[in-house]
Amino acid sequence: MLNQISVFVENKAGRLASVMKILTDNNIDIRAMTIADTTDFGIVRFVVKNYEDALKILKDNECTANVTKVVAFSVPDTPGGMYSVIDAFENAGINIEYCYSLVTNKEGRASVAVRVDDNDKAVQVLNDKGIALITVDDI
Amino acid sequence: MIKYFKPEIECAPRHELEALQSFRLSQQIRRVYDNVKPYREKMDAMGVKPEDIKSVKDLSKLPFTVKQDLRDNYPYGMFATPTSDVVRIHASSGTTGKQTVVGYTRKDIDIWAECAARALASVGGDQNDFVHVSYGYGLFTGGLGMHYGAEKLGATAIPASAGNSQRQLEMFRDFGSTIVCMTPSYAVSLIELMKEIGMSKDELKLKAGVFGAEPWTEEMRQQIEEGLGIKAYDIYGLSEIMGPSVSCECEYQCGMHICEDHFIPEIIDPDTLEVLPEGEQGELVFTCITKEALPLIRYRTRDIATLVYEPCKCGRTHARMLKPQGRTDDMLIIRGVNVFPSQIESALLSVDNKATNYLLVVDRVNNLDTIEVQLEIRDDMFGDNVKDVEAYKKKLKSAIDSAIGVGVSIKLLEPKSLARSMGKATRCIDNRKIKNKFTK
Repeated sequence: MLNQISVFVENKAGRLASVMKILTDNNIDIRAMTIADTTDFGIVRFVVKNYEDALKILKDNECTANVTKVVAFSVPDTPGGMYSVIDAFENAGINIEYCYSLVTNKEGRASVAVRVDDNDKAVQVLNDKGIALITVDDI
Repeated sequence: MIKYFKPEIECAPRHELEALQSFRLSQQIRRVYDNVKPYREKMDAMGVKPEDIKSVKDLSKLPFTVKQDLRDNYPYGMFATPTSDVVRIHASSGTTGKQTVVGYTRKDIDIWAECAARALASVGGDQNDFVHVSYGYGLFTGGLGMHYGAEKLGATAIPASAGNSQRQLEMFRDFGSTIVCMTPSYAVSLIELMKEIGMSKDELKLKAGVFGAEPWTEEMRQQIEEGLGIKAYDIYGLSEIMGPSVSCECEYQCGMHICEDHFIPEIIDPDTLEVLPEGEQGELVFTCITKEALPLIRYRTRDIATLVYEPCKCGRTHARMLKPQGRTDDMLIIRGVNVFPSQIESALLSVDNKATNYLLVVDRVNNLDTIEVQLEIRDDMFGDNVKDVEAYKKKLKSAIDSAIGVGVSIKLLEPKSLARSMGKATRCIDNRKIKNKFTK
């Protein structure tokens, strides 16, 4: 599983840039990112190599940030690759809250991070299907 | 053990206290009539002569005083003594208009110090205490008022004044401060800072605090008591009457005992100006019966409060005023509904007791009044999900809406977006007023 960082940002010009600048100034490479937005605020979620450093740097810069575990895996980069996993999740009664793609070193494969309501069950489903989890070493 | 500074007066039987008030009032009215032109004119216009005022019961025959009277006679026109007898000047912050100037004779300063000493004793203070005063020293009455009280009590005064928060905490620890005097919002920001720098309340010897100069809620009291490991007491005062310690809570925390041998309280209906019976809520009015330099008569404080004359468990007989519910000039009229910012704070803290840093922004959009409650987000308020944050906002909104009867909107801000205050915190910005000022 990967440790995802979530940062609260007000929905106004320049806020996302200022968070990105903090990471840039500290030489932190973002491996995946997604933004959930509402009319007045957003939550920026991303994955980095060393989440503890990134979290500390963000907090030192007075950002509100949290860590959440997400399940990440890769599937063959062909039609139906993703469907087979999502279908298996559904059959196991696992609810997906959100999902986004990742940059990894696995060529020819599509990699995704998913936030589910039951991580252990999701890992079990992936194990049963013989799909290896993506760890921090793969990103 | 209950402590008093002057038990013979603080616990005097009511009939003796009232006799003293009547005597002092009649003498004061004579002095004021002879020496203060604006009062002489007001009384003449109403056909009231000094000799008509014989007892406390005659109080309602006298004219009221409002802040505008002080502005109209700025700076010294309401003084009853020549300035050669005035040993000190203070001034109001001028947040609600032009600043007003108040003066004190040597005797006034002495009486004020005694009132403050009574307040400190009523929260358990004595000569063994270190009284840490974090109100600003200067034209504001908070700092010097409590300072003189601490010295009068024989305690050790620490004149820390406001500001440099980290240093305040170090002084708490190193000097062994036992009683603090500051605004409640400053106490909350110091508690925040203690967490940030990893200071524990166990390192401190604080046992009590007197908090005033701005309205605060029971929820905030709990938070301060927990955060500093103390008992937190409410103190009340205003420069026009004296300064802090016109009234202060005792150990039972059931209303603030007014120093009635110096200030006679009344509660009036702010619209009809009728005196209201005991227990009813209305505007608080004070008459100074011992003040020499600036003896204001029936001064309308704009604070909304209730008076209780029942004897208190602590043995004090002086009337208690229940926590001001806001000010008549703080009161917001939102879509025709009267709303006090303190009601919003109370609802906010009932849902989230850490939500002490907030700002109310009132505006008029398309001829409709709006209130936006701005609140800083904290790590423990959100995870990675928008829906958790939305659920939190919804919970706050419904608590506030039902408390005030008007719909508000909630806006979450990034940390440290709102200004931290060393003194009185700005809790409300009414953008409608600014527009009126320019369009008039």
